[in-house]
Amino acid sequence: MPEQLEGSQAVARTVAACRPEVICAYPISPQTHIVEALSRLVKSGALHPCEFVNVESEYAAMSVAIGASATGARAYTATASQGLLYMAEALYNASGLGLPIVMTVANRAIGAPINIWNDHSDSMSQRDSGWIQLYVESNQEAADVHVQAFRIAEALSLPVMVCMDGFILTHAVERVELPDPDRVDAFLPAFEPRQLLDPSAPVTIGAMVGPEAYTEVRYLAHYKQMQALDLIPEVAAAFQQAFGRASGGLLRPYRSSDAETIVVALGSVLGTIEDCVDQLRDDGHRIGAVGLRTFRPWPAEEVRRALEGARHVIVLEKALSVGIGGIVAQNVHRALEGLPITVHTVIAGLGGRPITMASLRSLCERGLAGTLPDTTFLDLEEALVDAEIGRMRGGRRSGPHAENMLRDVGTVGAAGLT
Amino acid sequence: MTATRLKYFQTGSFAAGNRLVEPSERSEQAAPGRANAITCGHRACQGCGEALGARYALDAAMRATGGELIAANATGCLEVFSTPYPESSWQLPWIHSLFGNAAAVSTGIAAALRAKGNTRTRVIGQGGDGGTVDIGFACLSGMFERGDDVLFICYDNEAYMNTGVQRSAATPPSARTATTQAVGEAPGAPWGQGKNAPLIALAHEIPYVATATIADLRDLEAKVERAMQIRGARYLHVLVTCPLGWGTASGDAIRVARLAVETGIFPVWEGGDGEVTAVTRIRHRTPVEEYLKLQTRFRHLFTPVRDDATIARIQARADRNIERFGLVGEAGQHPLDLHEEGGS
Amino acid sequence: MFETRFHGRGGQGVVTSAELLAVAAFQEGRHAQAFPSFGSERTGAPVVSFCRIDDRPIRTREPISAPDAVIIIDPTLLHHVDVFSGLTPGSQVLVNSSRSAEELGLGDLCSSHRVARLQVVPATELARRYLGRPLPNAALLGALAAMTGIVAVDSVAAAIFERFSGEVGQGNARAAYAAAELVPPSSGRAAPEEAPGGPTVMAGTSHA
Ligand SMILES: Cc1ncc(C[n+]2csc(CCOP(=O)(O)OP(=O)(O)O)c2C)c(N)n1
Ligand code: SF4
Ligand SMILES: [Mg+2]
Repeated sequence: MPEQLEGSQAVARTVAACRPEVICAYPISPQTHIVEALSRLVKSGALHPCEFVNVESEYAAMSVAIGASATGARAYTATASQGLLYMAEALYNASGLGLPIVMTVANRAIGAPINIWNDHSDSMSQRDSGWIQLYVESNQEAADVHVQAFRIAEALSLPVMVCMDGFILTHAVERVELPDPDRVDAFLPAFEPRQLLDPSAPVTIGAMVGPEAYTEVRYLAHYKQMQALDLIPEVAAAFQQAFGRASGGLLRPYRSSDAETIVVALGSVLGTIEDCVDQLRDDGHRIGAVGLRTFRPWPAEEVRRALEGARHVIVLEKALSVGIGGIVAQNVHRALEGLPITVHTVIAGLGGRPITMASLRSLCERGLAGTLPDTTFLDLEEALVDAEIGRMRGGRRSGPHAENMLRDVGTVGAAGLT
Repeated sequence: MTATRLKYFQTGSFAAGNRLVEPSERSEQAAPGRANAITCGHRACQGCGEALGARYALDAAMRATGGELIAANATGCLEVFSTPYPESSWQLPWIHSLFGNAAAVSTGIAAALRAKGNTRTRVIGQGGDGGTVDIGFACLSGMFERGDDVLFICYDNEAYMNTGVQRSAATPPSARTATTQAVGEAPGAPWGQGKNAPLIALAHEIPYVATATIADLRDLEAKVERAMQIRGARYLHVLVTCPLGWGTASGDAIRVARLAVETGIFPVWEGGDGEVTAVTRIRHRTPVEEYLKLQTRFRHLFTPVRDDATIARIQARADRNIERFGLVGEAGQHPLDLHEEGGS
Repeated sequence: MFETRFHGRGGQGVVTSAELLAVAAFQEGRHAQAFPSFGSERTGAPVVSFCRIDDRPIRTREPISAPDAVIIIDPTLLHHVDVFSGLTPGSQVLVNSSRSAEELGLGDLCSSHRVARLQVVPATELARRYLGRPLPNAALLGALAAMTGIVAVDSVAAAIFERFSGEVGQGNARAAYAAAELVPPSSGRAAPEEAPGGPTVMAGTSHA
């Protein structure tokens, strides 16, 4: 039965339906509502048996999850931004050990400058951590993909990150049909660990591996993650079978089969992009979109197949690899090697800057007209940047950029609708 | 300046107006030329105890150092409300790096000053209870153990307020927070054994450790002043009230802090080198109930049914503090009454 | 699609208002999306929230820049924040105040034909009376329902009961109905195109 729900509540109740046995939590916006709701479910006895551990840092959160998972418990946590980075060492450890932990990342920018709003800098920074990364477009998909995430994680014995846009999804109240708990039970078999700390059959987990086998262990990590390229669509299909909804998977095309220009993106911005595609289609343009659901492992073949008919591909991404530019775009480039397609990078929505229909539309129009440069920073305030570059050139002690530019923006600009 | 306890104070509030004291003993806030380290216009809630405590502490430190001061701030309410873009409330050099590393950033500042032969400029590290006793604890302990020349001030409002009131290791048992909700068999925060950050700091054998509250701001100023006379790692733990997180009236910020002291819930003391050397006596011993009743975070102890057992448990904790630190008794009777009436 | 923007201050239930409106629309079987413009706002800081209502699934996620309706929960914001940004001649504006539009300095908003309708409702007063607390949100939603017809007042009440039980729910619902009474009915289901041609100013009787 559909309900009108906040995204965080939808995720919390879905995670509860997956019957995690250990949940660790450390507060950070915009993830807090999820673990707060779970804490209530555990404390009220509604989610039982389950231990809710209020830890002292994200490093501890991931470490508690590692201990719990190695002891055979289904383990869950959620974080964002600074918190994800603070657990970075433990993230690599969890994937290196092959522990099927599921974590929600409520995507948020990284400081400095500190910023609590949405972009994908946090999860993108951990794309090489060995975690499977799934991105969702709506709160319905967020709920559904969590159920799939536990199944994928446990089938492969690998950790999975479900990335949902902070605030834009976590704090949005919209229609969601929660996966029915009984059907979740049927869909998600009991966790049968591949490795277990168990006195009746003692194993050593986390031994040192020297040059003689380290490469092989890493190769296996890669091999295992690449298996997910087969498993993720299978699980998505099984989910659709069981719940009657299409969610998750590797990627989803939107009116792109005959498109000359295709916009590639991840996460909640896809909704606005789809509206934009409809508008431009109405005006007779051959444009479409491809929404990536899985970013790690990288579905190179599927991406190539989805884009091979296009002439222009616009990769719109909410993260920036300083020193080179787009992150998703680099991956798309590789997938399209040898094809006569130009790939444009558009960096958009950093630190919560709204991605508006108007900007998207003019961007697509430039793409269709063939006037889009290689890399674009959507809605960049060039005057602001130029003034600061001028200051830097003007003298040695020009001061902190952030503060300088904020002074230029002035109170009026800053107090507007952010 | 000493923590002279004044003989003239208002009945009930124990507050002493500046006009009753010698000019040399007046609060720095009365000085027209005060540094105003956190100037007005910041975005704290009405009645924020942290804003009040930090202003008094930093202005006292600015006075003590002649304005030669650098502050490193952990992420948290104080950081967020004081730097609403594009403005800053800070009138001293101030850096915010991360949530868990303020003590280590402070060490870095102190090390740079040493390397440059600068012995004038002093360093304060500061953060909330989360940034101090949870995520920042490893860096803090390292700073203490090395004896770096830093005063670290913890503004303890007993939860992670900036993110919307979640439990920290400083959250008192039974208090409701967003991650310890008032549901289930034992509503509110669980009863652990507690993490007494000031006593743990003391166990590092650093030269100065003290606690204070915003109910006695002259005492807070005096302690900052004394801390700045000393070199090495120092720690000041200040109880600050939070109307939003505690569910108290904005106008009750100081009253609630005072009750924390008068009930024995928050012992105010001073020490160093491993010993507690002075305590602030309770003027009117008050049952904990008076303190709890003013805060909606404890409402489940009173409605729908009164939870006498838990209230008694909280009372027992307060009683233990009173006994342990000798908080009640005639002035001068207790060996820890060092600067009662007249200074140390 | 009908887009509403709410302006108030941290602690005044700005976000809850948008959510309740979304739930009210959902009760009618429609699609709705409510979301805050979240900052690290303390109690008292200006806060904005948004609600979209449509008969089809809503995909867009951009903030609402050209609202069909604006609700100003806290009139002290009128001269601090650009609460009227993006208004179109079809927009409707609802202000919580016991004073008249002229007294609030809003007279020219209508005379200059910048909006289709301006309605002032003493929502805080109504809340004090029916709820015993100065929480104007339910009353404002009742007034919005009556003014725009975007949802029925009964749906607003249903949304309130879903969120608040007992006396609080009852009081809020009563405030919503009372506020709706003060507002002359709209000319039908609100859509910017259907809004009355000339601007109308209506101030609810301030001492209801
Ligand atoms: C690594 C990391 N984890 C989490 C956060 C989110 N965070 C920012 S401030 C804060 C709470 C601060 O609580 P406290 O230190 O007690 O200060 P208060 O706001 O209560 O004054 C949290 C959890 C962060 N910034 N960085
Ligand atoms: S939430 Fe609490 S600590 Fe933070 S600004 Fe408000 S009163 Fe101060
Ligand atoms: Mg705190």
